[in-house]
Amino acid sequence: MTTAAVSIVDLRVALGGTPILRGVSLDVATGEWVTVIGPNGAGKSTLLRALGGVLPYTGSVSLFGTPATRMRRRQRARVVATVAQSPVVPGGMSVLDYVLLGRTPYIPPLGRESPADVAAADEVLTRLDLIGFAGRGLHTLSGGELQRVFLARALAQGATLLLLDEPTSSLDIGHQQEVLELVDALRHSHGLTVLATMHDLSIAGEYADRMVLLAAGQVVASGTPRAVLTEEMLARHYRARVRVVDGEQGPLVVPIRLRSA
Amino acid sequence: MTTAPSRLRPRWLLAGVASVVVAAVAGLALGPVRLPPGSVAAELLNLLPGVRIDSGLTPPEVAIVTQLRLPRVALGLLVGAVLALAGGTYQGVFRNPLADPYLLGAAAGAGLGATVAIALRGGSSGDETASLPATVPVAAFAGALLAVALTYGLGSAGGRERSPAALILAGVAVTSFLTAAQTYILQSNVQTIQEVYSWILGRLATDGWHDVLVLLPYAVGMAIVVLLHGRRLDVMTVGDEEAAGLGVHPQRSRYLLIVVASLGTAAAVAVSGLIAFVGIIVPHTVRLLAGVSYRSILPLSMLFGGAFLTLCDLVARTVVAPAEIPIGVVTAFFGAPFFIVVLRTAKRMPV
Repeated sequence: MTTAAVSIVDLRVALGGTPILRGVSLDVATGEWVTVIGPNGAGKSTLLRALGGVLPYTGSVSLFGTPATRMRRRQRARVVATVAQSPVVPGGMSVLDYVLLGRTPYIPPLGRESPADVAAADEVLTRLDLIGFAGRGLHTLSGGELQRVFLARALAQGATLLLLDEPTSSLDIGHQQEVLELVDALRHSHGLTVLATMHDLSIAGEYADRMVLLAAGQVVASGTPRAVLTEEMLARHYRARVRVVDGEQGPLVVPIRLRSA
Repeated sequence: MTTAPSRLRPRWLLAGVASVVVAAVAGLALGPVRLPPGSVAAELLNLLPGVRIDSGLTPPEVAIVTQLRLPRVALGLLVGAVLALAGGTYQGVFRNPLADPYLLGAAAGAGLGATVAIALRGGSSGDETASLPATVPVAAFAGALLAVALTYGLGSAGGRERSPAALILAGVAVTSFLTAAQTYILQSNVQTIQEVYSWILGRLATDGWHDVLVLLPYAVGMAIVVLLHGRRLDVMTVGDEEAAGLGVHPQRSRYLLIVVASLGTAAAVAVSGLIAFVGIIVPHTVRLLAGVSYRSILPLSMLFGGAFLTLCDLVARTVVAPAEIPIGVVTAFFGAPFFIVVLRTAKRMPV
């Protein structure tokens, strides 16, 4: 049996005194893609931020078998890479410089990038078909291009666990598919583990091995997309009226408007 | 690969060093006695150990260059470098383009300190040319440090997770409080207003090398610490949370950099008064012209800041000679239009 990439037991997070996560337990196997869904305010982003080490929590989190509290920040950054929901875009910075920021956990404090770091960034840019953009300023890129650049920075970190917070929320449907296909391809070629949060349920179900439904800070359902994305589940936790249709890659969730009589 | 990571480009470094040399030679050559720049440059080289060039200057002229003007030029370079570097540092740690070296109350604290020192000395001597009391720089330095420490204490009271904005707001509160205190003291001691005012507008009048030697250790210490943090500041441009995800401790770096930049600012204020504008405009000009990486902004701000202030001082002491214009007036008068031109012509848009 391989060690789980992520092992969370009874995770609790409070923000400003308000409990946001109320005892979440969750395992993600190495190489697996798990997508966390849930209504607004369920605690999806909080879960990822706690895993990324930027929020204080109680409970236990292990990353690849090592308790997260025993990892130094630098060490953790080599294992976990996060793409935030809407990352800060430093104006005027070039794509290459931005991707090189991902090499920070390998660069000595107060040091500078080695040729190996630049080579690593180049490799990521090439793989993501961004090499032509290397010298462009971030502020000149479109939303889809930017999302690929954010991903490139995370990959440059060399981490095998990728935390994606709403990676497609700012993209049109074509670019959503493009980015998720890219993540899936990288997952297979690099042996990455992906833990994502998503709002669009149909597309989320098509890419996830497993889904976790979070509501009010607790896991209320977990399993294959077919098991989690049911009309009854979504009605109860999203208060949404939907029809779930069986698609080729997973259930398709279609919102239905009820005419009031 | 055609694209290289942005670093300090050699041609910009060269331009920065050249601007310092030009400003220094001009500052030494021009004044009531005009000296040929070539001879002045030769005299400068003569200061290096083992160099002996015949500059063609008479001994009194050599004395003007090395004993009268050189300390003042050196002070201008140093103060300008410190203020511009401190401004660039503050803009980086607060990710705020409006940050200047006086953001956390250093100016108000120094102003209050100087006012108290001048007022306590008692009635004005009535002699306009009398120099300010020797306690003024000490009081200004202490006031600046006290103010920043107060801001620090107030702004970080909510714990380490507070946003940098809390610190800036604390700076605003401390500044207005100390300014109010200063105004009150001034009102009760009206005869000191002129002296205090002339101090506030800044000046580089020197008495030999004393001021330079006072400022030098702070300037060197600050430059070393800040320049080493260039890449760290680049990482911090993505925000504290993402920077933490990249394995660094942004809050730790922020506090360290604030401390050293504030020490440098306080030392500069103590010897030169409040010179506005250099700390905010020089780093922005550099950013617009030479790129957004702090690895180039910081060293170039230092060089161009020093050169800019030295040239401003040259204008300040020559235009209405033998009187002097307060240098703060000159920095704003020439700096503002120049900055507008840069802002309008620079191709890299984001500030």
